[in-house]
Amino acid sequence: MADLWTNFLWPLILILIKIMAFVLPLLMAVAYLTYAERKVIAAMHLRKGPNVVGPFGLLQPMADGLKLFIKETVVPTGANPLVFLLAPVVTFVLALVGWAVIPVADGWVIADINVGILYLFAVSSLGIYGIIMAGWASNSKYSFLGALRSAAQMVSYEVSIGFVIISVLMSAGSLNLSNIVRAQSGLWYFIPHFPMFVLFLISALAETNRTPFDLPEAESELVGGYNTEYSAMTFAMFFLGEYANMILMSSLCTILFLGGWLPPVAVAPFTWVPGIVWFALKVAAVLFFYLWARATLPRYRYDQLMRLGWKIFLPLSLGWVVVTAVALHLFGWLPK
Amino acid sequence: MTAFVFYLFAALSVASGAMVVTARNPVHSVLFLILTFFNVAGLFVLLGAEFVAMIMVIVYVGAVAVLFLFVVMMLDIHAVTLREGFLKILPLGSAVALVLLSELTLVFAGWVLAPDIDAVRAAPAPDLAELSNTEAIGAVLYTDYIYLFQLAGVVLLVGMIGSIMLTLRARSGVKRQDPLAQAARPLEDCIEVKKVAIGKGV
Amino acid sequence: MSSISRSLRGFLLLELLSGFALTLKYMFRPKVTLNYPYEKGPLSTRFRGEHALRRYANGEERCIACKLCEAICPAQAITIEAEPRDDGSRRTTRYDLDMNKCIYCGLCQEACPVDAIVEGPNFEYATERRAELIYNKQKLLDNGERWETEIAMRLEKEAPYR
Repeated sequence: MADLWTNFLWPLILILIKIMAFVLPLLMAVAYLTYAERKVIAAMHLRKGPNVVGPFGLLQPMADGLKLFIKETVVPTGANPLVFLLAPVVTFVLALVGWAVIPVADGWVIADINVGILYLFAVSSLGIYGIIMAGWASNSKYSFLGALRSAAQMVSYEVSIGFVIISVLMSAGSLNLSNIVRAQSGLWYFIPHFPMFVLFLISALAETNRTPFDLPEAESELVGGYNTEYSAMTFAMFFLGEYANMILMSSLCTILFLGGWLPPVAVAPFTWVPGIVWFALKVAAVLFFYLWARATLPRYRYDQLMRLGWKIFLPLSLGWVVVTAVALHLFGWLPK
Repeated sequence: MTAFVFYLFAALSVASGAMVVTARNPVHSVLFLILTFFNVAGLFVLLGAEFVAMIMVIVYVGAVAVLFLFVVMMLDIHAVTLREGFLKILPLGSAVALVLLSELTLVFAGWVLAPDIDAVRAAPAPDLAELSNTEAIGAVLYTDYIYLFQLAGVVLLVGMIGSIMLTLRARSGVKRQDPLAQAARPLEDCIEVKKVAIGKGV
Repeated sequence: MSSISRSLRGFLLLELLSGFALTLKYMFRPKVTLNYPYEKGPLSTRFRGEHALRRYANGEERCIACKLCEAICPAQAITIEAEPRDDGSRRTTRYDLDMNKCIYCGLCQEACPVDAIVEGPNFEYATERRAELIYNKQKLLDNGERWETEIAMRLEKEAPYR
């Protein structure tokens, strides 16, 4: 009995506590990301944004959540109910499971696995399923078109993201996210890999279906895209999943290029600040770029989007992999 | 514990594999296929081959199955019409299945019947404690099997070029936009600023 | 030369960067939002809002039941019934105005010979049910009492242009 406790139950409880410690702050962050988005975009439009519910409108995300929670979930008559209801769950769960391997500070990670970056890449490539299932199950032409666009777009940009990750991996010499961060203690990778950093930022926008690549939910032509038929909590789960994905991609960007939890300069006043604060600040900076891009750029046309992904980003990132490999080999910078 | 997880994954993958064949709706079939891939990836993780598991998920689930789903969703296949010739193909199908089954049996029986065949197998994976299996795979793939690996790549390239050649056709007289030319147009050619006097018009 | 500089500009994303700089600059500009229920924008004296029926200073209602407003109303939102009062003067017994139909064209106040029906400055009279938007004579007279100062001021300001 005691054996069962020490070998099985206690580790299980510990892991559950860890998961809670990750997920609860994450959901709060998602809620306040929506608030930050409205505030930032409002500021860039010379508006004020939400400011009525609570001080400075800080309770607005709670009010929105409550509203979605008490509304009715409508399942269209022609829909395939099981797949229809499964789709938002898939999106939401996939947005959360990626966090299992993200190191928010030195050693602060649920599962420090060897192939962390591949795991994240796999999870982000699965994100398509929620959307494509939603589009098909809704039995609506707008949803279907949105889902098809989204699937094609995400598959295309995943390729260049893969090559960007490969150049970083070659410099770090590890697939483990914590080791990738540790390898940057001398120089953050966004300096030597600057073109790839920019490319990753842009591809991350496309990967999370954000403006200027938000064609899957282009409201001016597709109503709501793949989530046209969704309401109440099913919609809320898509929404939460989408924003959690944004934060996930920003964390990935932070880990790959911005030195994760490392302080900008490893001298006294900076090293006193705990690593998680640096991590959060960097993620917030990348997220601000997301919101900034939304307030600045108009939507891409679909053929231009495909052209950018396949004809510009793919050759560029592939070329950079070769350049990195040659440079690492010639100058003897190979890790280990 | 490991045995329990193994049987869970194994049972789920066999069950969802059966569902792939029997599901009435082709889209459901593809979804079950994805579930099968997942469970197989779980089995790989149990074997300690996490690299293969992740590549399995990325390549098969993240890319191949998406294209399957794409095609199946757009083709609007009716299960009923597909089942029409079922009895006619049944003998041929069972024959192929039988051949596959016997071949699989032979492969596994080979190990049991002739234990010395084990020595012929390629270098087994090194101790996982000292080398991560990503490095182990890389070490084998890029040294012993580099030519075969490159050859596989060339085969894929040929396949890709072939399919592009089959679908690419240059039609004349098509009006299409050239984004580079559009972007390269100097501003002076596009707009003209005029001061218009009030009440005069242009 | 120009093609080199152009492609360089494209590759360095200079156009995008200038766009981003512009939005960032705007982010720190003062906001133009009015905090609506607490702050309100200026209204023209010709603004056509909620209707009101006015009275003379001695309390006598202005409307003489000529039905010109009913006749001119393009949305046919006004219904009037009239009878001679006990003192012999002609007055309305019923003056219904369906605010659901009204298009706020202002023809009724143009038509009125005695400035009885006017459109006031009030636009915050949204209701939860349609029935509440069918105004009767009493409601319109009450409106007139509530907004009399503003209405009188507006009429005085507009008088030179009529």
